[in-house]
Amino acid sequence: MDRLPRWADVALVPLVSLLMAAILSAIVILAIGQDPWEAITVMVQGSLMSAYGWGYTLYYATSFIFTGLAVTVAFHAGLFNIGGEGQAQLGGLGVAFACLFIPWPHWTLALMGAACGAALFGAAWAAIPAYLQAKRGSHIVITTIMFNYIAASFLIFMLVDVLRPQGKMDPTTATFPEATRLPSFNEIPGINLIFDKGVPANVTFFIALIMAVVVWALLWRTRLGYQIRAFGKSEPAARYAGINPTRIIMVAMLISGGLAGMMAINNVMGEAERLLGNSASGAGFIGIAVALMGRNHPIGVVLAALLFGFLFQGGAELGLWTKIPIELRTVVQGLVILFTGALDMMVRMLLTRIFTLFRSNRMEAA
Amino acid sequence: MEYATLLQILDSTLRLATPLLLACIAGLYSERSGVFDIGLEGKMLVAAMCSGAVAFYSGSAWVGALAGIGGSLVFAGIHGVTAITFRGNQLIAGVALNFLASGLTVLVAQYLFGQGGRTPPLEGAARFDPITLPFADMVKDIPIIGSFYHEVISGHSALVYAAFGIVALTWWVLYRTRYGLRLRAVGENPAAVDTAGVSVKGLRFSAVMITGVLCGLAGAYMATALQAGFGKEMTAGRGYIALAALIFAKWRPVAAMWACLLFGFFQALALRPDVVEAVVQVKVPVPFLDALPYVLTVFVLAGFVGKAIPPRAGGEPYVKER
Repeated sequence: MDRLPRWADVALVPLVSLLMAAILSAIVILAIGQDPWEAITVMVQGSLMSAYGWGYTLYYATSFIFTGLAVTVAFHAGLFNIGGEGQAQLGGLGVAFACLFIPWPHWTLALMGAACGAALFGAAWAAIPAYLQAKRGSHIVITTIMFNYIAASFLIFMLVDVLRPQGKMDPTTATFPEATRLPSFNEIPGINLIFDKGVPANVTFFIALIMAVVVWALLWRTRLGYQIRAFGKSEPAARYAGINPTRIIMVAMLISGGLAGMMAINNVMGEAERLLGNSASGAGFIGIAVALMGRNHPIGVVLAALLFGFLFQGGAELGLWTKIPIELRTVVQGLVILFTGALDMMVRMLLTRIFTLFRSNRMEAA
Repeated sequence: MEYATLLQILDSTLRLATPLLLACIAGLYSERSGVFDIGLEGKMLVAAMCSGAVAFYSGSAWVGALAGIGGSLVFAGIHGVTAITFRGNQLIAGVALNFLASGLTVLVAQYLFGQGGRTPPLEGAARFDPITLPFADMVKDIPIIGSFYHEVISGHSALVYAAFGIVALTWWVLYRTRYGLRLRAVGENPAAVDTAGVSVKGLRFSAVMITGVLCGLAGAYMATALQAGFGKEMTAGRGYIALAALIFAKWRPVAAMWACLLFGFFQALALRPDVVEAVVQVKVPVPFLDALPYVLTVFVLAGFVGKAIPPRAGGEPYVKER
C-alpha cells in the first residue's frame, strides 16, 4: 500500500516541507557567516514575545490572509492567479477614492465603503485576465503577470499626475480625513489592555478572519463553491455536468481579485492612511506562498498567514539587530513556495516510503 | 526629430534589447521543449550577481560571464529537477526561483562586499568594452548610412553581437538540425518522441540547461556591460518582458529578435520622454511608455494580433505510460 493516511497528507506534508525550507534557510545563514540560532531567537523575540511585536505580526498576517484567500479561491477553480499584487494595488486606489472623495460620518461606514471600493477595483483588475482566459484562451498566469506591471505603471501615473496634492513633491495622495481612521488594536476597548503601545494591527484583522469563514462557506457549503471546485478538479467533467466554464472562470477570478483588493483596507486605510507608491509591497506574491502552505483551505491559510506575519516581522527585526539582511525573508518565502508548491511530490514520495517502511516492520513483528 | 537623436535612440535600443533578446531566446529553448519558465528573471538576477562579483575579484569580464553562466545553471538545474524529475508544477517552481534569486543575491552580495547588497563598481577589463567594428571610423562621414553604421551598429560590447549571432544559431538549430526537430517535437507531443526511443527527460533537461547558459549571458551583460556592477533587483522585470517578447514572437527565434528590438525601443523611448513629447506633440507620461510592452503582450495574448499558440505539451510533466 503506497498511500499516505489523511492526517499525514493534511498536516505532515506541509510541516515536512516547512522543515526543509527552515533547514535550507539555516544553511544559508551559516553560509553568510551568521548564527542561525541567534537569528531565530531575534525573530521570535521581536515578533512573538511582546504585545508590540504581535501588533506587527498580526498586521502583516491580516494582509496575507486576504491575498492567501485570493490565491486559494482561484486555485480551487484550477486558475493560478499571480496577479494578487496588482489587484491589491488597485484595491488601494479604490480605498483612496472612497476615503478621499466621500465624506464619511463614521469609521464603521467608511470601512464598509472602502472595503467595497477595494474589492470592486481589485475585482475589476482581475476581470480582464479572467475574460481573456475564458473567452480567448489567453493563459491567466501570463496575463496576470503582465497586469501586475501595468498596475504598477498605472499607479505611478495616478499618484504622480492625478492624485498628488498640489505643491507636494512626494508621489502620494493627501492624508485621508480623520473620520476614516480605523481603530488600531491599542484603541479598541478590551484589546487595548494587551496592546498599550501604538501598533499597526487594526480592526481589519477581524474582517480578514470573517472573510476566511465566508470563503470556507462559499467553497464547501454553496452550489457555486461546488461548481468552482468541480471545475478546478476536472474541466471536461464540469462541462459535462452543465457547469458553464466562462461563468466559473469569471466568478472565481472576480472573487479572487476582490479579496486581493480588500487587503488595501488593512495597509492603505488602516496603517498608512494615504495611498503610497508600491503600497502592496509584495503581499500579493506572499499570498501564493500562504495558499500553498495552507493547502488551499481557509484554516490553513490563516495559520500560514500568521507564520508569514511572524517571518515578515521577524525578518524586519533581523535587519535591525543583526548583520543578516532583511532579504532573508524573500529567500524563506522562495523556499516555502518551492517545497510546498513545486516539490510537493518529492516530499510525498519521501513520506510514503517512510510510512511503508514502518508498516512492513510492524507486519514482520506481528 | 533630428537624425542624430534618432540614431541615439536606436543605439540605446540595441543596448537595451540585448538582455531581453538573450533571455527571450533562453526561454525559447525551455518552452519549446515543453517546460514553461517564468523563472527567467531569477536566473538573470543570479547571473548578474555572480558575474558582477567574480568580475570584480578576477578583473576579467569574461571570467565574470563564466561565473554568471555557472550561477544561472545551478538555478536551471533546480528548475529541471523540480519540473522534470519530480514532475512539480513548472509555473510555481519558476515563481519560487524568482523569489530565491531576489533574496539570495542580496544576501550574498552583502556578505561579500557589505555595500548594501550590491557589488563594487567595475572598471577596466572587468567590464565588456565597446568594440569598434571595422571601417566604422572611415565611413562615419557618409551621410545616413555611414553614420548609422558608426553610431548604431558599431560600438557595442561583444555580448551584443553574440546575442544576434545566437538568434541565427538558434534558427539553424531549431529548424535545420535533428536536435531541433526533436526539441520541437518534445514540446508538442512527448509521447511520440518517447515512442521513437528518444529520452523525453534528457531532451528537456538539455533544453533547460541551454536556457540556463543563455540567461547567464543575459545577466552577465546586465552587470558587466550595460551597467558597471550588480545592484539589488537590477533586472527590474526584464525576465518577464523577455517572456512577453517570446509570446509576442509566437516562440520563433527571428520573430523573437524583432519583438525584443521593439520592446527595447520602448525602453529607450521611456528614457527620452522629451523626444516622445516633441514627436507626438502631447505630453506622454513615462509610466505609459513603461507599460507599453506589457499592454502589447496582452493584446497579442488576446489574439487581436494573430493567435499565439504555445507548444502543446507546455506546462505538462511527462509521465511515461506503464
